[in-house]
Amino acid sequence: MYRYDDYDHAIVQARVAQFRGQTERYLAGQLTDDEFRPLRLQNGLYIQRHGPMLRLAVPYGLLSAPQLRRFADVARRYDRGFGHFTTRHNLQLNWVKLPEVPQILADLAQDELHAIQTSGNCIRNVTTDHFAGVAADEIADPRPWAEILRQWSSFHPEFAYLPRKFKVAISGATEDRAAIQVHDLGFQVVRDPQNATEVGFKVYAGGGLGRTPLLGQVVREFLPWQHLLSYTEALVRVFNRYGRRDNAYKARIKILVKALGVEKFAQQVEAEWAHLKDGPSTLTEAEVARVAAQFVSPNYETLAEDDLCHLAHLREDKAFSRWVERNVQTHKVPGYAAVTLSLKKSGTAPGDASSEQMEAAADLAERFSFSEIRVSHEQNLILADVPQGELYTVWHRAKAAGLASPTVGLLQDLIACPGGDFCSLANARSLPVAAAIQERFEDLDYQHDIGELELNISGCMNSCGHHHLGAIGILGVDKNGEEWYQVTLGGRQGNDARIGEVIGRSFAAAEVPEVVERLIATYLDRRHTDERFIDTFDRIGVEAFRKAAYPHPHQSRRVANG
Amino acid sequence: MANKQIIKERRLQDDAWKVVTLVDGEAPFDVCLPVGPLLVPVSVWKAKKACLINREYEHGTPLGIWLAPEDDIAEIAADLEDFTVIAVHFPKFADGRGYSTARLLRERHGYDGELRAFGDIGRDQIFFLNRAGFDAFVIGEGKSAEDALAAFDDFPESYQGDAVQPLPLFRRRVA
Repeated sequence: MYRYDDYDHAIVQARVAQFRGQTERYLAGQLTDDEFRPLRLQNGLYIQRHGPMLRLAVPYGLLSAPQLRRFADVARRYDRGFGHFTTRHNLQLNWVKLPEVPQILADLAQDELHAIQTSGNCIRNVTTDHFAGVAADEIADPRPWAEILRQWSSFHPEFAYLPRKFKVAISGATEDRAAIQVHDLGFQVVRDPQNATEVGFKVYAGGGLGRTPLLGQVVREFLPWQHLLSYTEALVRVFNRYGRRDNAYKARIKILVKALGVEKFAQQVEAEWAHLKDGPSTLTEAEVARVAAQFVSPNYETLAEDDLCHLAHLREDKAFSRWVERNVQTHKVPGYAAVTLSLKKSGTAPGDASSEQMEAAADLAERFSFSEIRVSHEQNLILADVPQGELYTVWHRAKAAGLASPTVGLLQDLIACPGGDFCSLANARSLPVAAAIQERFEDLDYQHDIGELELNISGCMNSCGHHHLGAIGILGVDKNGEEWYQVTLGGRQGNDARIGEVIGRSFAAAEVPEVVERLIATYLDRRHTDERFIDTFDRIGVEAFRKAAYPHPHQSRRVANG
Repeated sequence: MANKQIIKERRLQDDAWKVVTLVDGEAPFDVCLPVGPLLVPVSVWKAKKACLINREYEHGTPLGIWLAPEDDIAEIAADLEDFTVIAVHFPKFADGRGYSTARLLRERHGYDGELRAFGDIGRDQIFFLNRAGFDAFVIGEGKSAEDALAAFDDFPESYQGDAVQPLPLFRRRVA
């Protein structure tokens, strides 16, 4: 993984000192709340229900074992001994104290960690595929490009006060696991159509969830890699100059792209880029090589395709084989596998990990997976390079640490934001609804019978829980001070990304598990062999599900406003 | 106002420039021009160009213009040599359009005269404003200009190229 050199260290240290000064001036009354707000936000610090919430960056989801230990230590020392992994790879601490934040940042900096631009109207943490570097369908490892973009976007002098936040995602594989079409700017690595040995990017812009969910549109079919930064600079400059600033809900780039039309927007970017192209920010082979050299594959051993011991365990231990079926993915190197350590367990909030669990995951990474861990946007941790012969041991240890729910891709693996229990933006709570659903479907055989199903929950229109992308999406809305939940169906991520459709009026919290059960009963009743929920939905359409959700027809007509 | 101070060349200096603004409903050609060096809005520049140039030519009063966030640089791009000072207004520090304006003036249009930021700016904006190409700063009311002087060196290095250092770090990095 990328290791800091003296320049990177000096920049992060300077940020720690700068933020220490800003915090001191705020506490001394020399900065007003309004003046301090954007400064603290650009350091990931929110003022939330329980006090400040600090969002720590996990650039493109990659952590070393010592870094994860540092998170565990910070969570224990300055918080309540746990943290929440988000859908954008980051870690949130919910109970920090403002005067201690500068010291937290100083501690983090020792392990090349920070909270730079994890919030605010600036360019946010660049996200990518959690199987980057090990996926069999990869054209090129996206992480060097993500790191190059991270450096370019960190403390960019022109883009610290954009109209609104700006999120970038990059995918290097043929199957998009980074949700690039729901980002402000999405890069898909592709081969140069003129020269298959060179790569570049297909560029999407204007995607996003939130109040106006839109998929990104292609603004450039092929961008040679040399121009990654100059083109991005041109695009963000167009947004900075012409994005709306009069209404925060209309300020994302998607609104600008929609208002201009994608052709006109793309033309404006091209016109701006014409001035920047081939300028000093043009990437050099030397720089790409310098960064890429830090993401080379680990020293894999030559292993047999199938480990005999592993096969025996699979035959003999049903619980193990079930875990392997759901939580272990194939690897491009024979004899290796990628393991998902599940952060989804009935009774704890999706994405939450205790300090002990973080340390257990760090131990596993050190011992079995070249000391690296990834955070997935589904809010789980990944050990990307585990020898097949060690899977049984890893499973036992993960189970002991509460990290082995054999439910990746199943109902229990649902995505949820922290919701109204923690977040001051939320209209409704997410976690009790998530818990009620997990409880209702706790039976593992039942879950495995239902099979793959993405269920996503957001506590408000900001859509941190990606509800628009769930096959079943649940959105908390506020109606006269009460919590209600709107259901969408048919959403999905990936190459065929789609925004789910609202099925009708919203439900009271207590109704939600029942409604989910009726939707699933409809699927089980109508499915063909080997059809996933989403396939059955595509084949039979929304109507059958709508009828199941609203057994009394008049109910579905009162559509909630939210 | 005579002893108003601004930050220039990284130190506090006296400043005599006045900002001309139109009151509601006032037509740009009606505006009364006070004596001394003036920063006029784009509309006044366009309406009274001949008069303003004459003022400088006859009386040696230097001429400046100020731009609002939404002003289109293209409208004055051909006139840049007429100005001793170009100022960019920040009505709210969270409105970042002026940073793009500055970089375009410096890097695209080759403006090399004084580029001044004024409005709701203070210590926490200086570092980026400077990198975007501003070399003069009128610190917002109620904020300390002395304090702001310290911000030029907030970071020892920057990753990107900018109006001051056109080369990004990756072209300068020494292993």
